[in-house]
Amino acid sequence: MPISPKLLLGDVKAGDALPDLAYDVTATTVVLGALATRDWRPMHHDKDFAQQRNGVRDIFLNTPNQAAWFERYLTDWTGPHGRLARMRFRMKDSVFPGDRMLFHARVEKVTEDAAGCGWVDLAVTLSVEGRICTECQARVSLPADAAHNPWKLEGDRWRP
Amino acid sequence: MSEELGELPEAVQAWIGQRRYQQVGEFDVERGYVLTSCASVENGNPIYWDEKAAGDITGGWIAPPSMLSVWFRPHHWAPQRSGASQPLQIHFDLKQALDLPEAIMTENTIVFYEPVRPGDRLETCQVLRSISPPKRTKLGLGRFWVIDVEYLNQHGQPVGTESYTGFGYRRGA
Repeated sequence: MPISPKLLLGDVKAGDALPDLAYDVTATTVVLGALATRDWRPMHHDKDFAQQRNGVRDIFLNTPNQAAWFERYLTDWTGPHGRLARMRFRMKDSVFPGDRMLFHARVEKVTEDAAGCGWVDLAVTLSVEGRICTECQARVSLPADAAHNPWKLEGDRWRP
Repeated sequence: MSEELGELPEAVQAWIGQRRYQQVGEFDVERGYVLTSCASVENGNPIYWDEKAAGDITGGWIAPPSMLSVWFRPHHWAPQRSGASQPLQIHFDLKQALDLPEAIMTENTIVFYEPVRPGDRLETCQVLRSISPPKRTKLGLGRFWVIDVEYLNQHGQPVGTESYTGFGYRRGA
């Protein structure tokens, strides 16, 4: 039996808030994220380098791993039928070991294109103790109905 | 302020709009690395862990879209490597050419097209879009630049584009 979508386009409206995600960052989180993204630069695993060369207090999460965190946060909400279309990040501050990351998102717009593809635009933030570290504008596609699957759209029918 | 950094060299200005560093990935997209990525952020999406879910929903295994740039980061070491380009080589070229020893990325936009699948061998190229006049931030004096990275699969289908805004600077300047 096929897996049913967790969330349909009609379930979502502008102004909706997603459930928050909180996560306590450790040095392992930062190093694991750097290795998982094949980022060998020392500011993501060498505290002395981060302090002396970057002038920050510790190693910090790299951008590609933050992208993976945002993707996980969004698809936790959409379920597996949700297809990520685009993400735009603005890095404002760093995330260090000892920080508690808080992901929060709000739906800004819900639309449907001529190909029948449903789009949800979201404003997402990663903050630590109320300080926004990264802002992310994201767009995901959701099924318009239980028979629709955004992952099946190819070529010109997929317009992210 | 521009005198403190000097004028933008003509040779650097000429890079704007050029498609440079066309490159084929050093290795195939692989599922083991997909799981390493998912584990790093505790991503339990079944399309990455459950073969039936992957078959039903995405027509087989895929890689998380956010891993796009991962497939072009070279190994930390490789035998007989000489002069291999780095990911975002233009970013490092600019740091050197403009004598800006430190740099950070301030903004990153990624657009996703065809799904990337294990076994794919991706191709990429880099395009410098712009360089700003000198700017002073809390980090120091420097310049912002925008670099696009385009990605294709082995069938010539676009799988994504990334646009990076970097800031190269001199600390405390």
